Amino acid sequence: MEQNRRSEITTAAILILPFVIIYAVLFIYPTVQMIIMSFTDAPLIGAGNWVGIKNYARLFHDRLFSVAVYNTLYFVLLSVIPSTLLGLAIALGVNRLKGWSQSAVLAAFFVPYILPVTVVFRIWQWALDGQFGIYQPLFTGFITNNSSIYRYIPAFMPVVAFVTIWWLVGFNVLLFIAGLRNISAEIYDAAELDGATRWQQFSRITWPLIWPVTVLVATIQLILQLKIYDQIYLFSAGGRSDATLSMVQLIYRAAFQHNEGGYGATVALVLFFIIVLASIVQFQLLRWRNNQ
Amino acid sequence: MTTVNAPTSSTKSIGPTGKLLTALIVAGALFWLFPIYWALVTSFKHEEEVVQTGIHLWPEHFTFDNYSFVLFNTKIGLWYMNSLITSAAVTVIVLVMGAMAAYAISQLSFPGRKILWWMILASFMVPIPALIINHFVLMSQFGFINTWEGVILPQLIAPVTVMIYKQFFDAVPKDFREAAIIDGATELQLLWRLYLPMNWGITTALAIITFIGAWNQFLWPFLVTTTEPMFNVTVGIYQVTDAFGVKYARWLATATLAALPVAMLYLIFQRQVTQAIMLTAGIKG
Repeated sequence: MEQNRRSEITTAAILILPFVIIYAVLFIYPTVQMIIMSFTDAPLIGAGNWVGIKNYARLFHDRLFSVAVYNTLYFVLLSVIPSTLLGLAIALGVNRLKGWSQSAVLAAFFVPYILPVTVVFRIWQWALDGQFGIYQPLFTGFITNNSSIYRYIPAFMPVVAFVTIWWLVGFNVLLFIAGLRNISAEIYDAAELDGATRWQQFSRITWPLIWPVTVLVATIQLILQLKIYDQIYLFSAGGRSDATLSMVQLIYRAAFQHNEGGYGATVALVLFFIIVLASIVQFQLLRWRNNQ
Repeated sequence: MTTVNAPTSSTKSIGPTGKLLTALIVAGALFWLFPIYWALVTSFKHEEEVVQTGIHLWPEHFTFDNYSFVLFNTKIGLWYMNSLITSAAVTVIVLVMGAMAAYAISQLSFPGRKILWWMILASFMVPIPALIINHFVLMSQFGFINTWEGVILPQLIAPVTVMIYKQFFDAVPKDFREAAIIDGATELQLLWRLYLPMNWGITTALAIITFIGAWNQFLWPFLVTTTEPMFNVTVGIYQVTDAFGVKYARWLATATLAALPVAMLYLIFQRQVTQAIMLTAGIKG
């Protein structure tokens, strides 16, 4: 028995080794390095001097940091709530259909989700082009010259949020459909027999029962959109304008463009903590949901 | 509508509201698809036709010129190869590593098992973009900047894969395991011959979603690759096509080529993609 036990431990060690090495080298180590780096004035590559909390103090009077936090939160607001509600609305619509029409409509909403972000950018850059864009006539009231709508700063975030919702809502729809299928048809049949209207069925049955999924979808979107970078970078022609800066973009700019690794790491750490907090919320929700 | 003898499956009344809702969702689906259709059609038009006024929903002169131009005048062949190799490597490593670790955590007892499991749970949804600086530093210390290894390595952190495999390995009946052990199977044989084949569906689903995810990566490959021949497709079509000038038909032809493999994968494996997405979101499909 003792020998079996030892061989079991050896096998386990061999099996977990690759994962543990990758995890330690590519996750734990960089995270620890990031924390250390945030207390130094290190450039991107190379050693720096210990500067204490100077980088953290800098956050409070760096105008760009406030802009980045504001923009990130503004983008989260513009994308997370609409895409959650729209996902639910589409799922309710899709769920009413039957057979192949259901699969076809679901696929139509889902297909953008599997596209690379640069492809999504090209598609909408073309559709929204200031001169030849097929949707340009919609905006003629707002724009006097032949520029694309997203070049107009106040419209930038809403347009990028709209494109992001178009791109990713299929994911939400899938989760909501799974949630809706878990609601037993008998409840609706019983409600119908009692003469409940369609609205009453939604507000008294569907909404309370789908609420946990709604919160889950919203949290997943929240975590995802806090990391917004790609779309903003692409639509702002390489992030040239300060006005559209997001947090990940500020990390990129500080470390890779201004060679201030220490300060970049500080911003990264703030983002890291925000996302960890959101993840803890999500994890608790999942546990709560799966235990029901 | 109160037919008591038909209480089976929710037979909803298809009144005027029902029809309106159906029309609405179908219109929505068409609106969702239209930009993709419009981009595709444009990629088959001559560049002069693209800038004509008026809306032509079908090309006047159908042409493959944009595609041949892109194929012969950019390094898209190399980008494809880079994307294919790095995405395939990420997929294989993540799955093999994940299945192995999950098997150990699910079926074996060893010191530190609980701690390892809690660490994996704690890193659920790792905020990779927050680590770009230190990943870059690490890759440069390894000498992996502008190499496949550099693109692949930071994408290998996939605790969710371990979590999903563990969930499924836990569900394999213990009887099978005991029978195989009596027949003299070793732990490794159990994993490769019993646990993995029994969860083949999950493996395909995870493989497809991991591959699509790796193929679609933008920020990391964009940071770590610095020369045109090393770009992957998603970076290449953005970085280099700017050199075309404003040439929408060509841009869209390159975009179509970049999306083709993932679009095909999705169309062939719709069910698996759907299942994998539910699983990665923490919902057992």
